[in-house]
Amino acid sequence: MQMHQPRFTTLMSLLLAGLVLSGCASTSTEPVPEPAPLEQPAPVEPAPEPEPVEPVQSDFDSAGNAIDEDGRPLSRTFYFGYDQAVLAPSDLSALELHAQILRRNADRNIVIEGHGDERGTREYNLALGERRAESVRSFMLSAGVSSGQIETVSYGEEQPADPGHNEAAWERNRRAVLNYR
Amino acid sequence: MQKIHIVFVMLLSGLSSLAWGVGSLDTIIIDRGVDEPIRIAVVPFKTDPSLSGEAAMADVIGFDLARSGQFDALASENMLSYPNNRQMVFFRDWRILKATYLVIGNARIVASGEVAVNFELYDVPGERLMLSRRYTVSRSQWRDVAHKISDAVYTEITGVRGAFSTKIMYVLAQNAGSPQAVFSLEIADSDGERSRTLFSSREPILSANWSPDGKRVVYVTFETGRPSIVIQDVEGSYRERLTNFRGLNSAPVFSPDGQSLAMVLSKDGDPEIFIMDLQTRALRQITRHHGIDTEPSWTPDGKHLIFTSDRGGRPQIYQVELATNYLERLTFTGSYNARGQMLPDGRHLVFVHRAEGVFHIAWQDLERDNLQILTQTSLDESPSLAPNGTMLIYATQDQGRGILAVVSIDGSVKYRLPSSSGDVREPAWSPFLED
Repeated sequence: MQMHQPRFTTLMSLLLAGLVLSGCASTSTEPVPEPAPLEQPAPVEPAPEPEPVEPVQSDFDSAGNAIDEDGRPLSRTFYFGYDQAVLAPSDLSALELHAQILRRNADRNIVIEGHGDERGTREYNLALGERRAESVRSFMLSAGVSSGQIETVSYGEEQPADPGHNEAAWERNRRAVLNYR
Repeated sequence: MQKIHIVFVMLLSGLSSLAWGVGSLDTIIIDRGVDEPIRIAVVPFKTDPSLSGEAAMADVIGFDLARSGQFDALASENMLSYPNNRQMVFFRDWRILKATYLVIGNARIVASGEVAVNFELYDVPGERLMLSRRYTVSRSQWRDVAHKISDAVYTEITGVRGAFSTKIMYVLAQNAGSPQAVFSLEIADSDGERSRTLFSSREPILSANWSPDGKRVVYVTFETGRPSIVIQDVEGSYRERLTNFRGLNSAPVFSPDGQSLAMVLSKDGDPEIFIMDLQTRALRQITRHHGIDTEPSWTPDGKHLIFTSDRGGRPQIYQVELATNYLERLTFTGSYNARGQMLPDGRHLVFVHRAEGVFHIAWQDLERDNLQILTQTSLDESPSLAPNGTMLIYATQDQGRGILAVVSIDGSVKYRLPSSSGDVREPAWSPFLED
């Protein structure tokens, strides 16, 4: 896991720069769903210690879901390959948005659940689930989220999202789930 | 509480017509038995009418012996006579039926209100009495006596200590994967009867293991919202959470002397194997590697730990000598070998092995390094050895449901224990239990 971190950081800075630009563009041209204080742009550099920013109401909808700037709930489930704990490149933008929300809302914590499919032994899958949750945690830490905001728990294969015994079910079960507290 | 039904499928030519209905169990189906099982006749015991509510003792014994795969128990309707004492035994009746051994017995209520059970074992070709015993027990121990008789008969004939009086522990998951999920830790007789719940929770339970004296169990629960290791008395109310560190707290297993517990903790980052002294609760770290190290189990001499590690890139089984930290890789065949357990002989290893994408239970002679696959089903896991080392119980899938199955260590005998409801998993065979 450690050896992936430099790559994450690079990817992330690139993503971050792009996101900040697009974020600025959208706030100026698109209507905001509800009148809310103007969103402050996130810092351009992933600062080693994130500046305390005013919590913004529009980071969460009325049901408590973390939302993007269009008010849509952000994906909280991230899938993995068989026996893998590497984050999919397509998930990084959603993860970065979660990281921004956590930086802006220092009083909010997350629990990252790691899960696996049923193949292989239960204890090994428990360790693999933890490795998946740790991948998400590492991303969050390198994106400037405070370690005190993050807890991880692995359920291994014990809590399948899909109780089926086929390839499609296994794909849905190899996952990390990010829950806000 | 639910009951495990044992299903035997008899596929051998000579046995194909024999089916048993014992007590509340379903039809028994043996998947496979030895090629030439020993024929034994267990005559229905003469029993006081007031004991008629109990399961037929001869059926429980016959079922035990048949389940070992080494015996073919003669159906009572095929018997020519029904002796219940020495004077009534005519060996000719049993030679005609090609029975090698004969068991007779009787049971009655004695003055104390207890039950007195007598049984005798005969060698039919030799026309001699081999064994004669009497048990006086409370009525609640009726089935215990039946299993004790099975043990005595099995030991006398095979020379291997019988393990019918042992227990099996397992996890029953109802509605797993839904918000209504309920998990319970169950203990039943080795034939699946008399199950009772030790602990139940809305959160998962796994990795249950017995203490060497069979009086305590350890297991992993998520009742605190994350995994923790709990120790509990089998009888009595003692229950204590041993660990609840950040990260994994899992795979607890007692040392052979019962004084310490090997376990997996990831409190410092990566999953590592630790040994906890149960007296002082002091922790000693055994592995130090950034990979996954898990599934510790003790060698019978208590001097080594077997464990699963992906330090070589893929999960394989390793052994570490505790005195020296000398590390040795044990498995090299295939790209997934996990949850190893050493047989009592200290020479053979059983483990989960993946072959062509399918998970089986396999067996390896560590001196000759040859691997033998014991099970033909898929998703087989969690092997646990019977204390006499002759059989192992494991978890598998049958029509999408988790069930338990048993296979003999040479692969020649197989039977299944499907459950009437829910998924059954994580079996752990008890040690020999003292009275």
